[in-house]
Amino acid sequence: MISFSVNKRPVKVDVDPSTPLLWVLRENLELTGTKYGCGMAQCGACTVHINGQAVRSCVAPVSRAAGKEITTIEGLSPDLSHPLQRAWLEIDVPQCGYCQSGQIMSAAVLLNEIPNPTDDDIDQALTGNICRCGTYPRIRRAVHRAAEMMAKGGAR
Amino acid sequence: MIAERQAHDRSVVGALPRRDFLKLSVAASGGLLIGLYLPASKAAAAATFAPNAFVRIGTDDSVTVIVNHSEMGQGVFTALLMILAEELDADWTKVRFEPAPVDPVYNHPVFHMQITGGSTSTWSSFDQFRNAGAAARAMLVTAAAQRWNVDAASCRTEKSIVIHSASNRRLSYGQLAESATKITPPQQVALKDPKDFKLIGTPLKRLDTPEKTNGKGIFGIDVKLPGMLTAVVARPPVFGGKLKSFNADKTKAMPGVRKVVEVPSGVAVIADGFWTAKRGRDALQIEWDEGPMADFDSKAQREQYAAMAKQPGLVARKEGDAGSAISSAAKKIEAVYAVPYLSHAMMEPLNCAVDLRADHCEIWTGTQLQTIDRMNAAAIAGLKPEQVQIHTTLLGGGFGRRANPVSDFVSEAVHVAKAAGAPVRVIWTREDDMHGGYYRPMFYHSLVGGVDADGNPLFWSHHLVGQSIVAGTPFEMIIKDGIDPTSVEGADDVPYAIPNLSVEYHPAKIGVPVLWWRSVGHSHNAFVKESFIDELAALGGKDPFELRRKLLTKSPRNLGVLELAAEKAGWGKPLPARRARGIAVHASFESYTAQVAEVSVDSDGKVRVHRVVCAVDCGRYVNPGIIEAQMQGGVIFGLTAAFYNELTFEKGRIQQSNFHDYPMLRINETPEIEVHIVKNNEKSGGIGEPGVPCAAPAVTNAIFAATGKRIHRLPIRMNEAVGGSKEDLK
Ligand code: FES
Ligand code: FES
Repeated sequence: MISFSVNKRPVKVDVDPSTPLLWVLRENLELTGTKYGCGMAQCGACTVHINGQAVRSCVAPVSRAAGKEITTIEGLSPDLSHPLQRAWLEIDVPQCGYCQSGQIMSAAVLLNEIPNPTDDDIDQALTGNICRCGTYPRIRRAVHRAAEMMAKGGAR
Repeated sequence: MIAERQAHDRSVVGALPRRDFLKLSVAASGGLLIGLYLPASKAAAAATFAPNAFVRIGTDDSVTVIVNHSEMGQGVFTALLMILAEELDADWTKVRFEPAPVDPVYNHPVFHMQITGGSTSTWSSFDQFRNAGAAARAMLVTAAAQRWNVDAASCRTEKSIVIHSASNRRLSYGQLAESATKITPPQQVALKDPKDFKLIGTPLKRLDTPEKTNGKGIFGIDVKLPGMLTAVVARPPVFGGKLKSFNADKTKAMPGVRKVVEVPSGVAVIADGFWTAKRGRDALQIEWDEGPMADFDSKAQREQYAAMAKQPGLVARKEGDAGSAISSAAKKIEAVYAVPYLSHAMMEPLNCAVDLRADHCEIWTGTQLQTIDRMNAAAIAGLKPEQVQIHTTLLGGGFGRRANPVSDFVSEAVHVAKAAGAPVRVIWTREDDMHGGYYRPMFYHSLVGGVDADGNPLFWSHHLVGQSIVAGTPFEMIIKDGIDPTSVEGADDVPYAIPNLSVEYHPAKIGVPVLWWRSVGHSHNAFVKESFIDELAALGGKDPFELRRKLLTKSPRNLGVLELAAEKAGWGKPLPARRARGIAVHASFESYTAQVAEVSVDSDGKVRVHRVVCAVDCGRYVNPGIIEAQMQGGVIFGLTAAFYNELTFEKGRIQQSNFHDYPMLRINETPEIEVHIVKNNEKSGGIGEPGVPCAAPAVTNAIFAATGKRIHRLPIRMNEAVGGSKEDLK
């Protein structure tokens, strides 16, 4: 049994400890917002937070989550109220949408660390997240917009 | 959760598609409503007004639009709703989407089957969705007029409300829903004058953004069925290979592995979850008969294509006499261009979930080709097509890969389901997806051109060699005189006024499965055509923009976007050192685009694209916000292929497998991309694909302008750009 918390809810799972966290989230915990894209830390579709750090859950064994706090896209806000989600809606970022959970989770860590990021900061934080549909121009605008909302006290 | 989403009655009874389902005739339009209606047995619950197959209005004022095209990022879950809501005069805040089940009523009006592709969804469904909205509105108005005992013509509608101004009475569509079900559908309806459009033409926000921003959207890979197992399939390492024997002892001993079975495509490991299935597959010992492609090699293939290009080909275009013009040209130039096999690499790898029962089969997947998938699934399951239902989920990208005439990922999943004895989904790993075939074909192009004494192009002779994507498929009927139009599109329709022009096609028969890939033939032909016209401009000492302009005077829409892109990009204005601009213009999918790329090249050959200015003329449009996104995405898709992508074969095996060796453009490499949309009333064209073709040639033409080096082969090799060793292509 491995115990950890997901989106502030305690969970216990009985799986092989080498199983990637991604598949435990998706299959055992039915949190399918976190996506599989490559399985080798190349695309960022599987990005979640472990104790506030962005982690590629496809290469993180579930044992690494033991005793930690995991946040997935489903736990970012209950109602699309996170500034990034509001900015994503305002700028209409997603196309197919498949990469977007990972994009948002990576951007969330960036904004926690650098509330007013430059283009270079955005490049650095999001270069690990592929978007095959090419939503990058809008992602960039939306991250800036979310930073603006946070500065105006828009944070939850 | 998927069960909730799919709770509506989807038990659809449809007629078997006829053999002539592929007639590429343009459907009649003109306000007649034939073909809009579902058979009466399928009318939805009484409290809901379901005037036709495309819209339902609830007593709660909700307006549900049933969309017969798959949402794969291109925005059909918004644009098609706008069209219907426009004529319905619906309150936009109450409008929502629902993917259509498989039924002939949802066939593509031009292709006569349920399909999403060819950048056709919005324009081909334009009249259909307008008529559906207008018919529903007319019935609601009639219902209100009867209730008030007034003339229907004295009523108007606004934001889901019927209004009788004279008596100041109002009823919402929800309040009218029940009585409207008793109104006979009209045979003909008046449509709005386009100048009265309120929604069409505006940048309304996409309706699918919330569920793509909170993780709730359900893609094929997210589908969960009660008791569902997961399968991963071991497939031959070489195309055309077959299973010889396998030993699954180790796999079967693994906890969580349920079954290991042989299926036509290989060996399926069926387990409780993905990770177990994948580890089970890794533990299989398999012997393959590698078949006739065991020694297949990309280099040898290129040599074979080069030899073919020297022979006479099938004539795709002939104007004047390019052969004899060769001797009268003042200067001439020869060039060879080559492009590789490409994977679609949708962000969501292929997958398909199947629940197969004795008398019916339900399939959940992100597909672009429901009608054919259903036929293929039914044949494998031993059922009638009407016993098979496909629930189309969101698609994590399509780009053509999910419209497969042999339904590879669906067919295989049905085979696995037959063996599984339980609901099962097949998941492809990224590596499986990349090795799974159905690529953009490799093409080899050889050209000769010349200019007269004034530097004006005098002749153009083009041979292209490559596989047809439709040969041997149900779409083969589009081949005319041996020429697959999708192979030569963008090459045989060179719009430039050049007196002597010839284009010859050499179909190659190679055992690598190929398919349409975003922008299809245009994906390589635009690169070649727009590079070679640049070569002729340089040969004749002309400015590449001015030469194109001069040669396009009879092609006003090409000329329009060319001039718009050049103007917005500041063509001819000075740039910082080591920077240069390149231009390209191309028509595809009945739309016109031009792009100007601003590029710098370091002394060590590093190319950086700083800015791309894109002009697009797609005729009358629905949502400019979606057009901007599609053009930006198309440019990035084109740049990704231009800089990075190539699938190569050695000993029959593909050398690339995942994003480390088949990279994607990333945010830090993405230029600023400006999109300028031409406003006019021309017939609508496509928007999902036309952003792709110009990206590569605009950039390689800019590299030429910056360095004097011409890129002849994609992906771009930096050493070529700075004059390093260049692999010989001849
Ligand atoms: S799936 Fe984890 S980085 Fe791609
Ligand atoms: S929106 Fe499709 S991959 Fe990013």
